[in-house]
Amino acid sequence: MIQDYIVFVGVNIVLAWSVYVILLAGSLSFANGGFMAIGAYVSGVLTVKFGFPLVIAALISGIAAGLIGVLAGFPALRTRGIYLMLVTVGIAVSVKAVIESIDYVGGIQGFGGMVGTTPWHVVGLVGLVGGGLALLSRSPLQRILDAVREDELSAASLGINPIYVKLTCFGVGAFLAAVAGSFYAHYLIHVSPDQFGIVLSVFIVLYAVLGGTNNMWGPPIGAAIMTLTPEFVRGLEAWRPTAFGVIILCLLLIRPDGLLAFRIATTRTKAVAGSKPKQST
Amino acid sequence: MDVYPQSILSVDGLSKSFRGLTALDQISLDVRRGEILGLMGPNGAGKSVFINVITGLYPADYGTVRFLGRDVSRLPSYALARLGIARTYQNIRLLRRMTVLENVLVAIKDHVNRPLRSLFIRNRSRFVRAATTLLEQFHLADKRDWLAGSLAYGEARRLEIARALAGKPSLLFLDEPAAGMNERETEELGDTIRASRKLLQAMVIVEHDVAMMRGLADRLVVMDAGHKIAEGKPGEVLAEPNVIEAYLGTDEADE
Repeated sequence: MIQDYIVFVGVNIVLAWSVYVILLAGSLSFANGGFMAIGAYVSGVLTVKFGFPLVIAALISGIAAGLIGVLAGFPALRTRGIYLMLVTVGIAVSVKAVIESIDYVGGIQGFGGMVGTTPWHVVGLVGLVGGGLALLSRSPLQRILDAVREDELSAASLGINPIYVKLTCFGVGAFLAAVAGSFYAHYLIHVSPDQFGIVLSVFIVLYAVLGGTNNMWGPPIGAAIMTLTPEFVRGLEAWRPTAFGVIILCLLLIRPDGLLAFRIATTRTKAVAGSKPKQST
Repeated sequence: MDVYPQSILSVDGLSKSFRGLTALDQISLDVRRGEILGLMGPNGAGKSVFINVITGLYPADYGTVRFLGRDVSRLPSYALARLGIARTYQNIRLLRRMTVLENVLVAIKDHVNRPLRSLFIRNRSRFVRAATTLLEQFHLADKRDWLAGSLAYGEARRLEIARALAGKPSLLFLDEPAAGMNERETEELGDTIRASRKLLQAMVIVEHDVAMMRGLADRLVVMDAGHKIAEGKPGEVLAEPNVIEAYLGTDEADE
């Protein structure tokens, strides 16, 4: 039971971060449920049919999803705002449709036989991704991402290539979602396409947005709360979706920027005129 | 080819129209090494369009732009910025939710050119020191941890210029830097611009303020309705009848 919590919370934390990474450069992705499905299926085929070790299979599926993300994202990221979001919705929907139509991976019936994920895999993944994001959050790269999100035009006139930056983030986000998806599948043993519907993508975005997307700690908190809350209100089985919806509405009303809304500056300096900086960025 | 050409930017026959409305008509001019070139003209003369086309915001319809001998007419704005063409915007575009210091740091070339590698750059304090020195020159050092969005108007203008200079450009375009400033602020801005001069090879300033331009610019180009109508030393150009005619009644009326 506690194992379940660790794995599901951990997977959802990485999924929330996968959306966060894309949001860092200012794009909102509803495709991450699709990338998760790619991760689950590609790694599943590799371990079940070709005998790959789990971690290698997860990495390969991550790279595959990253490449698909970059290829699909290139035309998408040239569009703006609402159109980009629609394209990511399209990616999620078509991934599911494609998987349903491939008999090799069981079609609508789903695909089974994946084993091997332990809570340690998930904890390790959360640690690695979290460490990477912590490194990022105090680096010059964070500022470049912030600049692209704040004002693409301004960023471009400083020499930043906004499309390259956004595309890289999209690829990395797809990679993370797929790795999380492969660990998830190898814990559940059996997955089917209807688990990866558009609702899943919406939920992943909600994890990140409810937790707050101005710093790296918001998304995991959102993911943890949203994963565990339904467990505790489970007694009201019939009311579960309603209770969930009410919680989301309350959060949006009380803290519209997410639970942790503050942004952490990438520099740590004293606001004293001409003072010598104590701390490097 | 001349290794050190006298002109660092040469514009030849640049034309641009929007839905049939001509904004730039066959504009040719050179920006010479070491100079401050003033670009003047009444509202709607095409000055801002000129900057926007040169810095890659809109593609030109016709004409070529050569920067340090290289044809840069079709390059996107980030590529032009990397080559050393910086700019500010008429309606100040700062990264408002980032600190003053971050606004300058983000423009540093080492980071911008290789975003991913910047994750692993060591000794980052040297960048903070360089940025702080720049902020000191612009009298913003004491506000470096403020959010850029909370700065007063004149400070925001100075920060935008400081940020443009942080990328060590060769050529800087200032799009109406004194717009919305009072007399005292305009005067301070003039000092700031004169002080930045040695950091660059050349500057192009688009401005309405005749007094400021007379004091700052080495050469003036005057535009009207998308045409270049005069070019030369400020004193001479401002005395030309067609320049006076272009200015009277238009500039006064909407200021």
